[in-house]
Amino acid sequence: MSYTTLSLTLLFVLIPLILSKTLHLGLEKDTLIATIRSIIQLLAIGYILKFVFESDSMVYVLLMIALMIITATFNARKKGKNIKGITWKVAITVIVVEVIVQSILLGFHVVPATAQYIIPISGMAIGNSMILSILFLNRFQGELESHRDEVELILSLGGTPKQAIHRQLITAIKASMIPTIESQKTIGLVQLPGMMSGQIIAGASPVQAVQFQLMILFVLLTSAAISSSILGFLSYPTLFNDRMQMLKDKF
Amino acid sequence: MNTIYQPAIHFHNVCFEVGEQRILQQVTGSFPTGNITTLVGPSGAGKTTLLKLCNGLISPTSGEIFIHNKPINSINPVALRRHVGIALQSAPMIKGTVYTNLSLPKTLQGMSLSREEAISFLGDVGLDPSFLEQNVTELSGGQRQRVSIARTLVNRSDILLLDEITSALDRTSVKEVEELIVNINQKYNVTIIWITHNLEQAIKIGHYTWVMMNGRVVETGKSTLLNHPTKDVVQQFVEGCLE
Ligand SMILES: Nc1ncnc2c1ncn2[C@@H]1O[C@H](COP(=O)(O)OP(=O)(O)OP(=O)(O)O)[C@@H](O)[C@H]1O
Ligand SMILES: [Mg+2]
Repeated sequence: MSYTTLSLTLLFVLIPLILSKTLHLGLEKDTLIATIRSIIQLLAIGYILKFVFESDSMVYVLLMIALMIITATFNARKKGKNIKGITWKVAITVIVVEVIVQSILLGFHVVPATAQYIIPISGMAIGNSMILSILFLNRFQGELESHRDEVELILSLGGTPKQAIHRQLITAIKASMIPTIESQKTIGLVQLPGMMSGQIIAGASPVQAVQFQLMILFVLLTSAAISSSILGFLSYPTLFNDRMQMLKDKF
Repeated sequence: MNTIYQPAIHFHNVCFEVGEQRILQQVTGSFPTGNITTLVGPSGAGKTTLLKLCNGLISPTSGEIFIHNKPINSINPVALRRHVGIALQSAPMIKGTVYTNLSLPKTLQGMSLSREEAISFLGDVGLDPSFLEQNVTELSGGQRQRVSIARTLVNRSDILLLDEITSALDRTSVKEVEELIVNINQKYNVTIIWITHNLEQAIKIGHYTWVMMNGRVVETGKSTLLNHPTKDVVQQFVEGCLE
């Protein structure tokens, strides 16, 4: 595809802009910002990837992964502002996910240890971990707010913070994982996954595209499970003080 | 302070604040061991707050609390809360059946409550055994309150904090619960602090009484003092209650 043909696809941006204007949706500004940001961000990443692939140096690969982890961390931590040390907790979560995923893939030689594989797969694992962290934090805080009397009850009877928060923690972990699991049940029936579509359009054999897509799905499952569990167990202790009392401003 | 009435709980200059808001101010006084002390006062006076301090759910902003002469902060919170049991005002329940709730104090310790024991605790609060498998969402306000009392008894605490445990009960049930608590107090020498809006109950059940207003303890003494208060504020409060 040339840039001239790509620019024709901006028609797809024009349509929502016109609709937004005529229906007074007030989304013109956001649509424009989103479009411009995606153009700049993706083009930049395209050229950076080109450079990294050609340089064939692991240092750049590691740098890129570090950048992904930092960005993911800063995005997810916004949702857990009242959890002490949330930045580090999210960072640890994302790093653990990445390490486990890459250890399995590279350790068992599932994919070659080249930038071309490591970077996109890292991107998906880390991105999913970030989304899961956000889902988990949202749900966990919601559960706490609506069940604080239960938490207080268990504490009042001589339960530990862990016992007091157990049900809310499990509910939040479960709830945050459900979208990942559910979306895999119907995958391929309605919509082809983005990565697979991309590969097929770019000329790969559909079967090979499916194999990679399956691998990614499994990676996402693991990333989901690990993210919510680790973040859950790292974050609950900060909601209590050393006298096993609920910190009011956090519930 | 004589030796017979050694305090189970002693407050020394206790204040509790949330942000700028002063919820308890300069509370000093004792709850004598083996007695029932009733706690009365208008809504928002700080009664519940005072009970939660005794059970360690919250800590004073300043001042000190002693449980059997030991600073409360030197007692492990889990041990403290089993030793000083509380029936919370809203009678909260965890999801599940009455049995799940009754056995909660035991399950938290990795133990279990036998059905026979559970039935006996239910009997104590005047509920028949058929309630055991009932889902707590199906209980009436009064039944819920009774399950909450029974659950508090499971830990066999030697100090019991009761926060308006008869507010949702009919007259007969109120009498039953009163008898139960008096019985527990006499039989096991359990110290009891009982918050109530019912002045008659406060006088009848309490050996002692504390009157609280606006975060302060305005009067303490034998519960019969409520029959003929000497202080104007207490007089006004009592009259307000009788209206
Ligand atoms: N954690 C808290 N944060 C802010 N305000 C609080 C907190 N706990 C209690 N209060 C306030 O402190 C005051 C005393 O509350 P408390 O529940 O102790 O009153 P009470 O005497 O038990 O009243 P009632 O008879 O209605 O149960 C109330 O004004 C309440 O709004
Ligand atoms: Mg109260």
